[in-house]
Amino acid sequence: MSKYTEDDLREELKTKEYEYGFYTDIESETFPVGLNEDIVRAISKKKEEPEWMTEWRLEAFRVWQNMEEPEWANVNYEKPDFQAISYYSAPNSKPKYDSLDEVDPELLATFEKLGISLDEQKKLAGVAMDVVVDSVSVATTFKKTLGEKGIIFMSISEAIKEHPELVKKYIGTVVPQKDNFYAALNSAVFSDGSFCYIPKGVKCPMELSTYFRINQAGTGQFERTLVIADEGSYVSYLEGCTAPSRDENQLHAAVVELIALDDAEIKYSTVQNWFPGNAEGKGGVFNFVTKRGLCEKNAKISWTQVETGSAVTWKYPSCVLKGDNSVGEFYSIAVTNNYQQADTGTKMIHLGKNTKSTIISKGISAGKSQNSYRGLVQVNSRAENARNFSQCDSLLMGNECGAHTFPYIEAKNKTAKIEHEATTSKIGEDQIFYCNQRGIDTEKAIALIVNGFSKEVLNKLPMEFAVEAQKLLEISLEGSVG
Amino acid sequence: MDLKDKLLSSHLVFEDRSDMGSYVNNLRNDAIKVFQEKGFPSKKDEAWKYTSLNKVLSEDYCVFPKQETALEYNDVKKYFIHDIDTYKIVFIDGKYSSHLSQTTHEGIDVCLMSSALCKPKYRLVIENYFNKAAESDSLSALNTAFSSEGAYIHIPKNKLVEKPIQIIHFSTGNEAAIMLQPRNLIVVDENSHVQIIERHQSLTNNPVLTNSVTEIFAAKRAIVDYYKIQNDNANASLIDNTFIKQKQSSLASVHTFSFGGKLTRNNLNFYQNGERIDSTLKGVTIIGNKQHVDHNTLVHHIEPNCESHQDYKGIFDENSTGVFNGKVVVEKEAQKTNAFQANNNILVSDKATINTKPQLEIFADDVKCSHGCTIGQLDESAMFYMQSRGIPKKEAKALLMFAFSNDVLSSVKIPELKQRITKIIANKLGVSLGFDL
Repeated sequence: MSKYTEDDLREELKTKEYEYGFYTDIESETFPVGLNEDIVRAISKKKEEPEWMTEWRLEAFRVWQNMEEPEWANVNYEKPDFQAISYYSAPNSKPKYDSLDEVDPELLATFEKLGISLDEQKKLAGVAMDVVVDSVSVATTFKKTLGEKGIIFMSISEAIKEHPELVKKYIGTVVPQKDNFYAALNSAVFSDGSFCYIPKGVKCPMELSTYFRINQAGTGQFERTLVIADEGSYVSYLEGCTAPSRDENQLHAAVVELIALDDAEIKYSTVQNWFPGNAEGKGGVFNFVTKRGLCEKNAKISWTQVETGSAVTWKYPSCVLKGDNSVGEFYSIAVTNNYQQADTGTKMIHLGKNTKSTIISKGISAGKSQNSYRGLVQVNSRAENARNFSQCDSLLMGNECGAHTFPYIEAKNKTAKIEHEATTSKIGEDQIFYCNQRGIDTEKAIALIVNGFSKEVLNKLPMEFAVEAQKLLEISLEGSVG
Repeated sequence: MDLKDKLLSSHLVFEDRSDMGSYVNNLRNDAIKVFQEKGFPSKKDEAWKYTSLNKVLSEDYCVFPKQETALEYNDVKKYFIHDIDTYKIVFIDGKYSSHLSQTTHEGIDVCLMSSALCKPKYRLVIENYFNKAAESDSLSALNTAFSSEGAYIHIPKNKLVEKPIQIIHFSTGNEAAIMLQPRNLIVVDENSHVQIIERHQSLTNNPVLTNSVTEIFAAKRAIVDYYKIQNDNANASLIDNTFIKQKQSSLASVHTFSFGGKLTRNNLNFYQNGERIDSTLKGVTIIGNKQHVDHNTLVHHIEPNCESHQDYKGIFDENSTGVFNGKVVVEKEAQKTNAFQANNNILVSDKATINTKPQLEIFADDVKCSHGCTIGQLDESAMFYMQSRGIPKKEAKALLMFAFSNDVLSSVKIPELKQRITKIIANKLGVSLGFDL
């Protein structure tokens, strides 16, 4: 592991290519590279997991060994060598802290650079932060407030110890171990993640949020998130990502499972800003994520995502509309610049009667990037009166990028009503001219137009995120005026 | 022995009797190797995700048709557009029927592939165009490997062909199940205009599998109107591979009317090699009773200032399955492209299935591309309106469905053909309306 010097850091910050490109040197406990059954066992042991969990991981690992890496996505990249990754790394300074003073000062400095100093966060906006640095949850705040309502919000490894019955009952029910290559890998080696349970009839009083970061050279991050909203409850969950600059490609294969029981509602928002690689397309994070939600009767799941980072993104937040009258929503903005590649979209599986789904996807491609929308709307033969509306708009900036749409629509019920629309366009010269004329420079004008283009989705984000997301859009498209 | 092995071994026999060493023969030999390597497509191939050939391929097909069977014109008259004067190229079980055909060499060539392949005066055209548009996917390669007969149409510069050309393939299949592999080549030179109607018709209850390849070349400012009528009986399956290469300012349109057949797969590919090209792809599909129709289209925009229009309508009843996979590719150089695609479907029965995948791949920024896709039902208030005015339910339904497909019908340029299709639709919907309201 090569060490970063102060000068390197300063140099990197100076270039300002990637605002959050720094690296914290915390003594980490890192496993040897490679993956076999022993490593899986060791991870499980390290986390002091019960026997059933170890078995569950091993089962996934065995399935994974016989699976092949999928190639159908519209992306090109050098495949990661799964035997060259270390599958576990944890900040060394255990055990956990009760107050901020005990936290490793270097970590705190990291947060400060990110602009998420814990004290401030505590006061601001009432957001409870479960901060994940290098896969292990270091500090959890507002736990007490949530505890009073009976809400369980903790890292998944804690949940496995403290609430094994809940985890056992729900883990893998929405995304089974053998679902796909990366989900199987994640099931075998997941290091940590968040667990959230909202009891019957409880409206979660604050937005739950987790910042995921990758922070150790050569370690992939495999989080596992499980959100369960019991009957009649409501929760809004935020997830934001930033990662330090790194030259080699990093692998990120997360699994998120949402379960909305009868009459429950889950709103899941993501701002993803992993390191996208530099302007020459070198480096950057591989983001292969499986996200899926299950809706029971009258339940609603809403996915909102702003994707600006990662060298390669492969992500399809999905809704299984199992219960009658359930609703699935998907709002997405995907921005790609330079050599980024994104293949993202959603799946809406209509199983119950009177189920509804809405898909709004906005793709913005600039530089030499490729941006694809890939979606599936499936109406099964018993899903009477299913309704879907999909809209995919693409905005192209420059003639070296590409925008692609691959919508799959499968209908097996005559009462189904499905609409799909897609358009592709560019920013009109007249629009830019109009702005210029009124004293708005071209860069600002583009930001303005892009914001207008993606407004429908931005509006769906919670307040704090909407502001951050708007800024992100601007940063991502910097220098792409053409 | 499965069909692939059978085809491979019969190719050896085929090789023996065809002219060794010629240009086309070399192509055939290369093509059979491609087929041998790739085999028939399976559901694992992305392009065949929703269409399985397994059932169709399991029949024991006779690969080489036996002796020519004679047909009386009066028996098959109904399959022709007989109320106008047309050129006709008719095949029975893959063999040319001179008695039913009406070909010409006066100014234009409307004749046979077999004679074009062996006569030296066509050699130049064959070498310039044959297999130059077809992709080397396994089914087209298979056709190329066995290509010997089909229609050969060459329209020289500045000709307006006054009468439409009909290409009809009959299969009598008296002995057994047969597999046919017609190969058509249509070359339309500068400023010329031609209208072609193609039809495949089975006259037997034995299974028939047709794997057809048609290559069309439209030179500068040429106009080509191509109509495909697919209303075959329930045991006939068709895999139609059409490749159209267009040069600048040419207009090409293909209308596909799919009403019959067990399994129909249309691979329709347009390549635009020039500026200001206009391509039109339209289709109406009305099927029921375990039928399967798959439209797989590709429009490849290579140069600037071109347009494409796609409009496919489908009505699916009973156990039928409809597939639409429309792909539009806009290359980096193809600025100012206008590409429009629409796919509208009505599901009439709960057992029917629609799988649709309109796909855009765009690499140029100054383009207008859109696609729309809907799946829905007939408007209940419109139904009620008509019923309240004394139009029976069945007729009201038929009227609405006809109106639904009329967008496509209205651009058919041969009135007699339009009438004929209208009749087929009325028949299909089980009403005796003329729809000429």
